[in-house]
Amino acid sequence: MSNKAASGHRRPKEWILRLYIAGHSARAAAALRNLESICDEHLSGRYEIEVIDLLKHPQLARGDQIVAVPTLVRRLPQPIKRIIGDLSNAERVLVGLDLRPRARVARVGA
Amino acid sequence: MPQSTSRAKVRRERGSSVRQTLPKVPTGITGFDDVTGGGLPRGRPTLVAGGPGCGKTLFALEFLMRGAVEFDEPGVFVTFEETPQDLELNVRSLGYDLARLVKNKRIAIEYVRVERAEIEETGEYDLEALFIRLNDALRSVKGKRIVLDTIESLFGGLADDGILRAELRRLFGWLREREITAVITGEKGDNTLTRQGLEEYVSDCVIALDHRVIDQISTRRLRVVKYRGSSHGTNEYPFLIDRDGIAVLPVTSLQLQHTASDDHVSTGLPWLDRMFDDRGYLQGSSVLLSGSAGTGKTSIGGHFLEAACRSGLRALCFTFEESPAQYSRNMAPIGINVSRWVKKGLLRIHAARPTLYGLEAHLATMHRDIDQFKPAVVVVDPLSSFRGGTVGEIHSTLIRLVDYLKTRQITAVFMHLIPGTGAAAGMDKDIEVGVSSLMDTWILLRNTPGGGDRELVIVKSRGMPHAADEQRFRITSHGLATDEPLGALPSATRIRTD
Repeated sequence: MSNKAASGHRRPKEWILRLYIAGHSARAAAALRNLESICDEHLSGRYEIEVIDLLKHPQLARGDQIVAVPTLVRRLPQPIKRIIGDLSNAERVLVGLDLRPRARVARVGA
Repeated sequence: MPQSTSRAKVRRERGSSVRQTLPKVPTGITGFDDVTGGGLPRGRPTLVAGGPGCGKTLFALEFLMRGAVEFDEPGVFVTFEETPQDLELNVRSLGYDLARLVKNKRIAIEYVRVERAEIEETGEYDLEALFIRLNDALRSVKGKRIVLDTIESLFGGLADDGILRAELRRLFGWLREREITAVITGEKGDNTLTRQGLEEYVSDCVIALDHRVIDQISTRRLRVVKYRGSSHGTNEYPFLIDRDGIAVLPVTSLQLQHTASDDHVSTGLPWLDRMFDDRGYLQGSSVLLSGSAGTGKTSIGGHFLEAACRSGLRALCFTFEESPAQYSRNMAPIGINVSRWVKKGLLRIHAARPTLYGLEAHLATMHRDIDQFKPAVVVVDPLSSFRGGTVGEIHSTLIRLVDYLKTRQITAVFMHLIPGTGAAAGMDKDIEVGVSSLMDTWILLRNTPGGGDRELVIVKSRGMPHAADEQRFRITSHGLATDEPLGALPSATRIRTD
C-alpha cells in the first residue's frame, strides 16, 4: 500500500511514522524530503516512514482522522502525534515529534 | 408536492424564462417546504445558523433522514462534534433507525475530529484529505445530500485561518460542482449570523433558527434570511420540536377565498339544529360559544363531537383545562360515552397546557394534531386558555387558527368562558370582542334570570338564517333538552346576520 523508506534491518523500529499525502504533488515531495532529512539527523536507524497516498486509499484517512495534507502521524512511540504541513520548519517538526521541548523553541525563536 | 424535478425538466425550465428560480428539493420537514415554496435549493449549499440548542443539528438530520427515506436521496452526515453514537441516540427518539439506514447504505456518517492540542502546524497544507473523505463517503451511498455539522469546528482545530477560509470557499464550490444539496450548520456569533462568517460563502440560501424563553415560555422561530431567486416570506415562522421532529408553522395571511360550503353539520342537539334553519352549523364555519361558568358550554361541545362520530366523521377535541380522563367523566352524566368513540378511532381528546409552550408553539402543536388526525370537526375548550401574549398576539394567533381550520373545511366550535368579575375580566372581554368578529356564528349561553334553567341565544350566524329568540334548556341525564316537544318549537325565523 505504500513505499516504505527504512533504515537499518531486523530490529523493530521505535519510531513508526506515517506521512499522508494526496497524489505526488510538489508539496508532498517536499514534505517527504524534509521528513527524511530530519529523521536521518535525529533518529538515524530507529525509524520507519510509511507514505500513504489518500487518492489511492481514501478510506485510510478516517482511521487517523486526517483532514489536511500533508499530515505526518507519529504512530510510535505513543501517544499519537500529528503534524500538518510541508514540514519546512525543522524546529517545529522536532517539537511536534517531542524531540525538543517547547521552551527551547521559544528561546531559539527569540 | 413536486417530489423531485428531473434534470431534463430543469433544463427546459431554464430555457423557458430569463429569470429563473432555483429548482428545489423537499426537506420533508413539516411546514418548511411550504414556507420556502418547495424546500432547499437543489444541488447547492444552505446555511442553517443559530445558537446552542436551537435545533440546527436536528434540522440537518431530518433533512438527511427524510431525504433517504422519503425522497430516495441518500446522504452523508459529516459530524464534527457529536460522535456517531450520539447522533444515533438523538434520532432514535424521533423514530428513525439511523443504524439501519447506515447498514443499508442509505446514509453514511463521517466523524471528523480535529483536536488542536494534538496538532502541530508547519508549512503549507490544504484540506484535500477532507475532500477525499467526503467524496469517499458520498460515493459509498451514492449521496445526493450532505450535512456539515458544524464545519466551524475546524477553526478551533487548525491555526491557519487564511488556509482554512480559502479551503472552505473551495469546498462549497466543490459541492456545487457535484450538485450535492448541502446543509451547513453554523453557531451564532455575538453580532453576526455565524461566528466565523460562514454566510459569506453561502450565497443561495440562509436560514436562521432561534430559541427564546420569555416569561418562562419557550418559543422557537425560523427565519428565511436569504433565498436567492425565490420569493419567501420575510416573516419569522414559529416552529416546534416534538417526537416527530421539527414542525414549521406557516404564517398564513387571512385567506378570504375559502370555498364556501352549503353543507351542514349537526350540532348534535335536534332543538339546536332547528334553531339553525333545521340544519345545524354550516360546514367549515367557526362557531363561538360564550357563557359564564356552568351554562353548559362543554356539554354542547360534547353533543357536537358525538354527533360527528355517530355519522362516521372524525372529531378532535382540544381541552386545555382537563385531562382526557376528566373530560370523559364530565361527559358521562349527560349520556355521552367518550371512550366508545375514542376506541373506535373517531374521537381524539388532546389535553395540553398551552402555557408550557407559548402561543406559537401551542398553535403549532394544534396544527400538527389536526394534520395527523384529519378531523371533520374540532372543539377548542376553552379559548381563554390562549394566554401568554398581548391581546393583539392572542388575536393574531386565533386568526391563524380559524384560518387554518377554514382552509381545511373543518367545522370548529370554540368555547369562551365569560368571567364574572376580577382582574382578568377586562382582557377576556377584549379578546371576546376581537374573536367574535372572526367567527361565523356566535352563540351566547346564560342562566335564566329566575334560576334553574339555562337559555341560549344565537347572536349571529353568517350566511344562514337562524332563530331570533332565546331558547330555554335543561341539563339532563340524556343531555341538554328542552321542555317543549320538538314540533312545538318555533322554527328558525328568517333572520340573516352579516
